Amino acid sequence: MSDRKLPAPQPNAETETFWDAASNGVLKIKRCGDCNQAHYYPRAICPHCGSAKTEWIDTAGNGEIYSVSVMRRGEGAPFAVAYVTLDEGPAMLTNIVADDFDSLAIGQRVEVVFTPTEDGAPPVPMFTPRGG
Amino acid sequence: MSLRNAAYIAGAFEHPTRLAPDKTTPQLHAECAAGALADAGLSIEDVDGYFCATDAPGFGPISMVDYLGLRVRHTDSTEMGGCTYIQHVAHAAEAIAAGKCKVALITLAGRPRSENVMRFRPGAPEQAFEQWIGLTNHTSYGMCAVRHMHEFGTTSEQLAWIKVAASHHAQHNEHAMLPKVVSVEDVLESPMIADPLHRLDCCVTTDGGGALVVVAPEIAKTLNRPLIALRGAGEATKGPSGGLGLDLTVSAAARSGPAAFAEAGVTPADIKYASIYDSFTITVLIQLEDLGFCAKGEGGKFVADGNLISGTGKLPFNTDGGGLCNNHPMFRGGITKVIEAVRQLRGEAHPAVQVPNCDLAVATGIGGSLGARHGAATVILERQS
Ligand SMILES: [Zn+2]
Repeated sequence: MSDRKLPAPQPNAETETFWDAASNGVLKIKRCGDCNQAHYYPRAICPHCGSAKTEWIDTAGNGEIYSVSVMRRGEGAPFAVAYVTLDEGPAMLTNIVADDFDSLAIGQRVEVVFTPTEDGAPPVPMFTPRGG
Repeated sequence: MSLRNAAYIAGAFEHPTRLAPDKTTPQLHAECAAGALADAGLSIEDVDGYFCATDAPGFGPISMVDYLGLRVRHTDSTEMGGCTYIQHVAHAAEAIAAGKCKVALITLAGRPRSENVMRFRPGAPEQAFEQWIGLTNHTSYGMCAVRHMHEFGTTSEQLAWIKVAASHHAQHNEHAMLPKVVSVEDVLESPMIADPLHRLDCCVTTDGGGALVVVAPEIAKTLNRPLIALRGAGEATKGPSGGLGLDLTVSAAARSGPAAFAEAGVTPADIKYASIYDSFTITVLIQLEDLGFCAKGEGGKFVADGNLISGTGKLPFNTDGGGLCNNHPMFRGGITKVIEAVRQLRGEAHPAVQVPNCDLAVATGIGGSLGARHGAATVILERQS
C-alpha cells in the first residue's frame, strides 16, 4: 500500500450523499428513473438522457478491472491506477490496492476498499483483488 | 457552409528555444507572433483576429491583445488542451468565412522547464472523485496502451518503432531536444515510467512556443508565399460518459478525423505527410487507426519496421522529430504539428526528411488526457498553385 498523501474529497450539494455513504462503507452510484441507466461519478442530471430523475442506489462494491497501469516513478510510487467496471454497469476511475502490482490484470475480480484520506474527511473508494 | 478553401496558412513560426530561463512567457508569445508575421510578410498592424488558450498568461485575449499591441475585431480563447492550436486554425477559418476577421494570429508559449506552471484548473466536476487517484498522463495513456495490447496484441516493440521513426527525423533538426537516433532496444531498455510506457515512449518537456497566421483567400493571394489552404477540419471530445461503454482503444479522433476527411473530400490514402500528436507513442498509434490509415487494432503492424520514417516508410510522420524528440512547448504539441505540416507543403522541411511533391497533409492531435477526458482536432491542408 502506497504512502501517497491523498487529497480529501470536497463533498458538494450533488455528491454529499455519496461521501456520507462512503464514510459508512457503502459505495453508492446513481441510476436514472427515466432511461434506467446507471452512471458514475454521480450527477444531479443523468448524463445519458438529461433527466433530473436520478436516484441513489447501493452497489455491492464488486467489479472487474477494465484496464490498469502501475505508476513506477515519482512521489508515492508504485501505485496502480485503473478503471474498474462495477457489476452494476458503470466503470470508475480508481486505484487498486495490492501487495503485488505485477499480478494485476484486465478481467481480474476486485472489491471496494474505502481508504482514509485526512482526519474527519470521507474515505475514498479504491479496490483490491477479491480474496486477495 | 464548408471550410474548404475558406482560409490559408500564410505564416508559421516555431520558436527555436527549448529552455528559456531569461525570458517571460508573454515575451515568448510576442517573439512567436513576430516570427509568424514576418514569415507571412505581414505586420502586427495587419492582424485583426487573435486566438490564444490558457497557456497565455493573464485574462486570455484581454491581457494578450493589449500586451502585444494588437487592434483586433475578433478574439477566440477556445481551450482543448494540447490540440487547441489545430482547432484554432479551423476556428480562424470559420471567423474569416463569417467576415469577422481577415488576418488571424494564433500564439502558444510557455516555460514549464523554467517555472512552475499550472496545468489543470481546479473545480472540475470530477475533481472529488479523481483528484486522489494520482492520475497523471503517464498512467492515463498507459491504461490505453494496456487495453490496446489486451484487445489487439499490440506490443511494446511496435510502440517503440514510433519513437525510433521520430528520432530518425530529429537527427536532422538542429533545434531538437533529443537529436540522437534511438533503436527499439533503446526504448525497451529505458526505465519503465507507467506500465507499459517507458521513458522513451514519452514526449519531451520544453520551454518555447509557436505561432500561426491564418488569412482570408484574397490576402493569401497577395503574399509572396506558397498557398497552403485549409481543405477540411474536424473536432470532437470524449470522456468516460458516466462509465458506460468505456473504450480506451478509441479516441475522439475517430470523429474529428473522418469529419475532416469528409469536408476535404479526400481519404487517408491521398495523404502525403501526417503530423500526428505524439505525447506518447500510444497516442500516435491510436490516432492512426482512428483517422483510418489502418483498421482498428492494426496500428502496431502499421507503425513497425520504420513505416513512419520519411524516405523509407509509407507514411512519413512528424518529420521535425515531433513531441517525442523535438519540441513539446508548454506540454502542448498542437501548434508544432501544424507548423511542420506547413513546412512540408511548402517544401521547406529539412531536405533529408522532405516528402517529394508534398501537396496534401494532415495535422491531428489529442488534448487533455486520452484515458480520461480529451478532445481531438484534425485539419487537412493542401498546397495550391
Ligand atoms: Zn437517464
